[in-house]
Amino acid sequence: MSEPFEPKIVAFVCTYCTYAGADLAGTSRLKYAPNVRIVRLPCTGRISPMFILKALQKGADTVLVSGCHPGDCHFTAGNYHARRRWTVFRALLAFTGIPEERIRFSWVSAAEGAKFAEMINEITEQTRKLGPFTQYQELQKVIETQSTY
Amino acid sequence: MAKIGVFVCHCGENIASMVDTGTLVKAMSDHPGVAICNEYKYFCSDPGQETVKRAIREHNLTGVVVAACSPRMHETTFRKACAEAGLNPYMLELANIREQCSWVHSEKNQATSKAIEITRSLVEKVKRNNELKPISVPVTRRALVIGGGIAGIQAALDIAGAGREVVLVEREPSIGGHMSQLSETFPTLDCSQCILTPRMVEAIQHPKITVMTYSEVEEVEGYIGNFTAKIRKKARYVDMSKCTGCGDCIQKCPVKKIPSEFECGLGKRTAIYTPFAQAVPNVPVIDKSRCTYFKNGKCKICEKSCQIDAIDFEQQESVETFEFGAIVVATGFQIQDTSVYGEYGYGKYKDVITGLHFERLASASGPTAGKIQRPSDGKEPETVVFIQCAGSRDPSKGVKYCSKICCMYTAKHAMLYTHKHHGSNSKIFYMDIRAAGKGYDEFTRRAIEEDGADYLRGRVSKVFEENGKLIVRGVDTLLGKPVEVAADMVVLATAMTPQPDAKQFAKRIGIGYDEYGFYNEAHLKLRPVETAKAGIYLCGACQSPKDIPDSVAQASAAAAKVLGLFSREQLEREPVVAAVGETTCAGCWGCVYACPYNAIEKKDITDRNGNLIKQVASVNPGLCQGCGTCVTFCRSNSIDLAGFTEKQIFAEVMAL
Repeated sequence: MSEPFEPKIVAFVCTYCTYAGADLAGTSRLKYAPNVRIVRLPCTGRISPMFILKALQKGADTVLVSGCHPGDCHFTAGNYHARRRWTVFRALLAFTGIPEERIRFSWVSAAEGAKFAEMINEITEQTRKLGPFTQYQELQKVIETQSTY
Repeated sequence: MAKIGVFVCHCGENIASMVDTGTLVKAMSDHPGVAICNEYKYFCSDPGQETVKRAIREHNLTGVVVAACSPRMHETTFRKACAEAGLNPYMLELANIREQCSWVHSEKNQATSKAIEITRSLVEKVKRNNELKPISVPVTRRALVIGGGIAGIQAALDIAGAGREVVLVEREPSIGGHMSQLSETFPTLDCSQCILTPRMVEAIQHPKITVMTYSEVEEVEGYIGNFTAKIRKKARYVDMSKCTGCGDCIQKCPVKKIPSEFECGLGKRTAIYTPFAQAVPNVPVIDKSRCTYFKNGKCKICEKSCQIDAIDFEQQESVETFEFGAIVVATGFQIQDTSVYGEYGYGKYKDVITGLHFERLASASGPTAGKIQRPSDGKEPETVVFIQCAGSRDPSKGVKYCSKICCMYTAKHAMLYTHKHHGSNSKIFYMDIRAAGKGYDEFTRRAIEEDGADYLRGRVSKVFEENGKLIVRGVDTLLGKPVEVAADMVVLATAMTPQPDAKQFAKRIGIGYDEYGFYNEAHLKLRPVETAKAGIYLCGACQSPKDIPDSVAQASAAAAKVLGLFSREQLEREPVVAAVGETTCAGCWGCVYACPYNAIEKKDITDRNGNLIKQVASVNPGLCQGCGTCVTFCRSNSIDLAGFTEKQIFAEVMAL
């Protein structure tokens, strides 16, 4: 019997809004699913699509990108760049065959600790339903078999 | 070879009760590159920091990870400790296993394995950290104070008193704010005008303060020490340099029946007016929308009456640009729109008024010269009902918070009313009496015991008119009985709410606000006058409902912060900035387009004879704020962000 599936979620967040929101969830002692791992960045504008792909490759089942609400970016416009990048990246995802549900995009402000906690619970549940993300590992196997030729 | 020290903090019980620190220490000790791993109850304490410092020296550590609270809490603390032990302060990372782990989970095994993963990934990151040096930027030692109420005036006076220049901007024609509308002030009952107007005069006469009334801050750009602000001066149509404030124009103006904003509509003003007699500056403005000349092209009576030709119908609004090092936001509050309480008949019955109306009625400079008279027929009311929390602490009306000042001013109103009209009858419906403050509880006791204010604990359901009386129907919850009071006047203790444009303004200058629109401080307890944006400070009721003593205290605190900043000519800033790899930069200028701060310029690369080889991007570290948007934009991977390099982040992700 294999162990029951525990989703792994990697969250790339900006330090000014969502990271602070996650801290607020902590100081408010709101309980949420322990499946999320947070990577702190200065701004969502710093988040490269390559980070997302790397996280999926390393075994993340869902990746979350979260930053300040539109208009509230500490750096004026980083979140707009992130949003535009996401729009383009989404089309590329469809092309590569990675289901869009594997990547989530949201705005959580420094005051929204409760929203952060609810969101993590919701994403964890959804990922549980989707099951593990194995496409990358399967691809890896194919590459390994081919390279033996 | 990396030699990393990992220090696992128990934070008393906060971490240790949910994360098995022993397991964490064991896991980290076995991790490649970790030279030493310790645990301790409080690493932020003096002996805790000593342990870290000793380990750095003894083991020649190349990097430190403290697994403890959020970096927003103690990053600075431990950076300092590293620096004191001779390690570059940027060779430190904090693994947040408190706010984002032990406090939010309830299953020990899961929390422990999460803590291991968090710590491990930051060990991998710190191995790739680079030694950084803080950046020095010059400080413009001039402050901008936005809002000319008591908070703004106090902050401006304190900063100017220490010898620094201040520009005080107020959008109304006069400084003074809400305090100038008040009659007497609790708990001392000294008259508001008597204590405020001397300060207003002091501010305008101060050689270091430039007061800009009838002006608004349009745009703020830049960063701590180096802000640029555009201030729009609205057209006053009166030449400030000529006007002596004689008031001839005001007397002659034919448009006399405009409801005065300052009197809350209880009094009238003219089209050319000063909001109140003690206005500072004492220079009138022409209300363009009401002026006969601006409407019909004929009149100019004020111009004829002015003996020194100070009236200028051709005056245009202007925008002035200033450089500032710090900004104090003191934009104040407004009172809640009472129309949400339809059941209290505000707007329907003339004698249902707000607390601010009552202030004007009780004020010696008010429309009734200090006599309490009913707005409907001018009679002195025999019975006045005060309804507290008419708006505050009522989530159904959108205000969940306590407005803090209403318990006190309602007690004051009842007192003033008794003093002015002996044998009168005041009944106060309240939820709780919140009189915390120096001399406050004594004050409310005095209202009850000496001045006979009749407090009824309970809410009012309805106010309606019957036989010329206002019937107030409510409940006395202490008796458990419904009550009805026949009143001559009803005063609502309306909630304090943010300015109507508070949120838009916050966005314009880049500070945060809460769900209502009150401005957010950097830390509720430990950094109450700073905002999350360095160099912008808060004071007064724009941050939360506040009385005068609190506003003044906060204003002085904000001034102290500004003066601390101005005590140095140079400012040290975090070196989290981008840098370009010139060898690979292809000069596509994507980064130039992406940068919100115009911090990236084109730079010529020449050979030794001065011939241009190519142009590359170049980051000005003084302007770069370190968001990293350019890094992600770069097509050739030529830019990287110190502190959050590609290498560091990929390593972090790989270790998760």
